[in-house]
Amino acid sequence: MSFMNWIDERFPATKVWNEHLAQYYAPKNFNFWYFFGSLAMMVLVLQIVTGVWLAMMYKPSATEAFASVEYIMRDVDYGWLLRYLHSTGASAFFLVVYLHMFRGLIYGSHRRPRELLWIIGVVIYVAMMATAFMGYLLPWGQMSYWGAQVIVNLFAAFPFGIGEPLSIWIRGDYVISDATLNRFFALHFLLPFVLAALVFVHIVALHKVGSNNPDGIEIKQNKDENGIPKDGIAFHPYYTVKDVVGIGVFLIFFSAVVFFMPDFGGLFLEPPNFEPANPLKTPEHIAPVWYFTPYYAMLRAIPPMLNSQFPGVVVMFAAIIVFFFLPWLDRSPVKSIRYKGPIFKTAVAIFVVTFVMLAWLGMQASTPAKTVLAQIFTALYFAFFLLMPFYSKMDKTKPVPERVTK
Amino acid sequence: MKKLIAVLALAMVPFAGMAAGGGGVPLQQANIDLNNHAAIQRGAKLFVNQCMGCHSAKYVRYKLFTNVGLTEDDIKDNLMFAGGKTGDLMKIAMPEEDAGKWFGAPAPDLTLTARIRHGGPDWIYTYLKGFYVDPSRPMGVNNTLFPNVGMPHVLWDMQGIQEPVYRYEVHHDGHSVAAFDTEAAADAYVKEQGEGYRLERVVASLKMAQQGSLTSAEYDQVARDLATFLTYISEPMKLERQRMGVWVILFLTVFTVVAYLMKKEWWKDVH
Repeated sequence: MSFMNWIDERFPATKVWNEHLAQYYAPKNFNFWYFFGSLAMMVLVLQIVTGVWLAMMYKPSATEAFASVEYIMRDVDYGWLLRYLHSTGASAFFLVVYLHMFRGLIYGSHRRPRELLWIIGVVIYVAMMATAFMGYLLPWGQMSYWGAQVIVNLFAAFPFGIGEPLSIWIRGDYVISDATLNRFFALHFLLPFVLAALVFVHIVALHKVGSNNPDGIEIKQNKDENGIPKDGIAFHPYYTVKDVVGIGVFLIFFSAVVFFMPDFGGLFLEPPNFEPANPLKTPEHIAPVWYFTPYYAMLRAIPPMLNSQFPGVVVMFAAIIVFFFLPWLDRSPVKSIRYKGPIFKTAVAIFVVTFVMLAWLGMQASTPAKTVLAQIFTALYFAFFLLMPFYSKMDKTKPVPERVTK
Repeated sequence: MKKLIAVLALAMVPFAGMAAGGGGVPLQQANIDLNNHAAIQRGAKLFVNQCMGCHSAKYVRYKLFTNVGLTEDDIKDNLMFAGGKTGDLMKIAMPEEDAGKWFGAPAPDLTLTARIRHGGPDWIYTYLKGFYVDPSRPMGVNNTLFPNVGMPHVLWDMQGIQEPVYRYEVHHDGHSVAAFDTEAAADAYVKEQGEGYRLERVVASLKMAQQGSLTSAEYDQVARDLATFLTYISEPMKLERQRMGVWVILFLTVFTVVAYLMKKEWWKDVH
């Protein structure tokens, strides 16, 4: 391998390969929940590739954007495929990331020494939300326009006279307009590369501390005579070959949506968005895409105070920011849900129901009864996090084994 | 694992239904078939003759219909009255601004109607059959599915003229509590009940007052052809993507099976 020697003297190719793949030891007991990290990475690549190709045909102009999307759908060879892959990919990205985050939550992957790893992950999540929000404006349909109008108006709710100038600064105009579309397009093109960089940092942090596992055991505390964790297996080939199976299964479901139900019953592509943006005609019911609806439900659940929407905006942003503090909210002596007691398990179950119910409520036109429901679930959402230091501490735990289990 | 994903996917199904929502009038089944090229061709002819005076389909090129069995010459002779190339978009001459002045609002582009309207082809079919005489409206007609629509009943000479059969509902606390065939009976009931009861006139059904040039069955076919056509142009690649999807999923299934066997082989020594 003299060629590799030549490279290695100039670039640490073999060293990086070994450190991060061939001799990176991951716990051997990864289960179903451990597919979603690699899936999220694959979807990011898919979004960047399809996105770059769409950008070759798309026109970020208020007068041409809608028609250019239809041009892509009708006149560009396989343009419809690129577009459906990209629109379905956006929803798939959030789905796998939500499941990836849930994995971290139940197995305590955010706990010491992985706090920073978790925080970088939450930064990725926030960057993803910004990317998706700006991308949704680009088709310039009715929901694109009015969804952006509603969300940017949230910034106008900031007090001390900074709200109004702030929202105008974001839009570049007094309403969502051509100027807004142009800048959102520029940022929507840039942010995925920022995301890719953040993913790189996320993996660097992961490989520093090592992967957690469903038992929440540190495999590095149990090494053999060669310094290899007894419960570890090389990431490559074991997990590369396993993740390929996960990718195959995922792509089957993904393709079923792309080829057979790309609008997913109005959930991935909302029907009003097939109507071009019309600043003079407000749709009767404005709902964001499903992955934002839990937060939208919380925003609407909080009544205006002193004639200001600001409290609702604060609650909505707090609902996201609270994720950053998760590593310090969990005070249980054990990491994994497998060894936690009934209180934590109940809390997680309630949290899952809460999140799904908020997502559903965020899609509905609000009625007094639904507003009360949204208020109850908003309270439950925050209770899950804010009461965690207490209930996780008082909960009964089971003894954690020395070595990982099946 | 597959089971879990299936469960997750199924869990989302109810949301899909609820997000779509819908109006009060039940839709009639159009029973369209996108493989029926003759229906799409007839629909195209009806569209350019009857609808394109006011409505455009400006994201569609005339050339599209070479995919449903027409030649370029067929298209030029039968669908394009003002000349032009088959690669042209199906735009209209009426400027939007004038249309807005004349009709209150410009007639919407119809390219994507089948995707915007809940029910798609069924909505279009029901709408085209839902016009009835209403002297209170500027165009002399109203529509059961789209109350107070600004559009005149363009196809009246084919369908004929329908008259409404009213039902008189008595409402109390936002609910309908009783219904009568005559206004007098409903009025008497309201008077008897007293405060808080009010009368509302609703269209219960439509009856044909004057048959048009077509029979009811023939007009249903016209409405169905237009629904088929509008559904086709809303997503011309729909059948192609479904055909391609079958092959993609077949390939992925084989790929996944091979990948799984490979994984099993590699993992044999992991205990």
